[in-house]
Amino acid sequence: MREPRYYWEDFRPGEVAEFGEKTVSKEEIVEFASEFDPQPFHLDEEAGRQSILGGLCASGWHSCAMMMRMMCDAYLLDSASMGAPGVDEVRWKKPVYAGDTIRLRRTCLERRVSKSRPEMGLTRFRLELVNQKGEVAVSSEGWAMYGRRHPGAVVEEA
Amino acid sequence: MPWFEDIKIGSRLELGSHTFTAEEIIAYARKYDPQYFHVDEEAAKAGPFGGLTASGWHTSATWMKLMIATRQDAKEPPDADGRVPPSGGPSPGFLDMKWPVPVRPGDTISYSSEVIEKIDMKTRPEWGIVRSRNIGVNQRGETVLSFIGQGLVQRRQARQK
Repeated sequence: MREPRYYWEDFRPGEVAEFGEKTVSKEEIVEFASEFDPQPFHLDEEAGRQSILGGLCASGWHSCAMMMRMMCDAYLLDSASMGAPGVDEVRWKKPVYAGDTIRLRRTCLERRVSKSRPEMGLTRFRLELVNQKGEVAVSSEGWAMYGRRHPGAVVEEA
Repeated sequence: MPWFEDIKIGSRLELGSHTFTAEEIIAYARKYDPQYFHVDEEAAKAGPFGGLTASGWHTSATWMKLMIATRQDAKEPPDADGRVPPSGGPSPGFLDMKWPVPVRPGDTISYSSEVIEKIDMKTRPEWGIVRSRNIGVNQRGETVLSFIGQGLVQRRQARQK
């Protein structure tokens, strides 16, 4: 495999970056929901309008999947990603409606080296999907694991 | 599903199981999480998990799939006055999701959901939030998924403010 562009060292606490955009189609909302979350407000426009959500909108699990894909396309596939142990929290703050245009905002919160695996570091990010009105629709926080460019090197944090 | 008032803390639902094939692991990941260890069996051997693994989001979304199927199979009887129990509402999000062991091709994951907390909503007196601890366990008894889920459920009677 070719040398990745981004290692653990390249994500610095306090940095904010934005990526995107993506316009979410009715067809992809229905496709995901049909397989994983077939509730009426994710499948049908009229049912969506009648529901507490007020319109056809993406399953929260689809929003997370879209966020993951946007991360992949923006930087993750060109990084020394080693996966993630989970997600501390996801908030579905606003529905992602059919026709919405979303972008990904990444804030690096903190980082540390792995004590047991000197080739690995961990970084905690806040990831947000922001819609065309500037509203945060999805907000998540969690740790991700990355390979280090300089395994075992001493790291001075400000 | 039952009305908010009828949901009991400690009640547990077995949601059934799902066997993950290499084909569906790759199909999901090509669309939503195309990291090489989720889409390329050969390259994954040298990767962080030593083989192909399902995207954690795939493992999680499958919990939702089985939860919806379980709810649809278990239709609640109507009330004495003929009102039909609710179909369930949206979720404000989840907490503390962990993917402690990867899901590999051929793994069969059994999912469950146990109610742990019921929360009143200040702004929506006709709804409540139900919190549940949701788990996925593989055929060796290892937990591959755990998280605290939350869902809005309609009340039979709006709460007095």
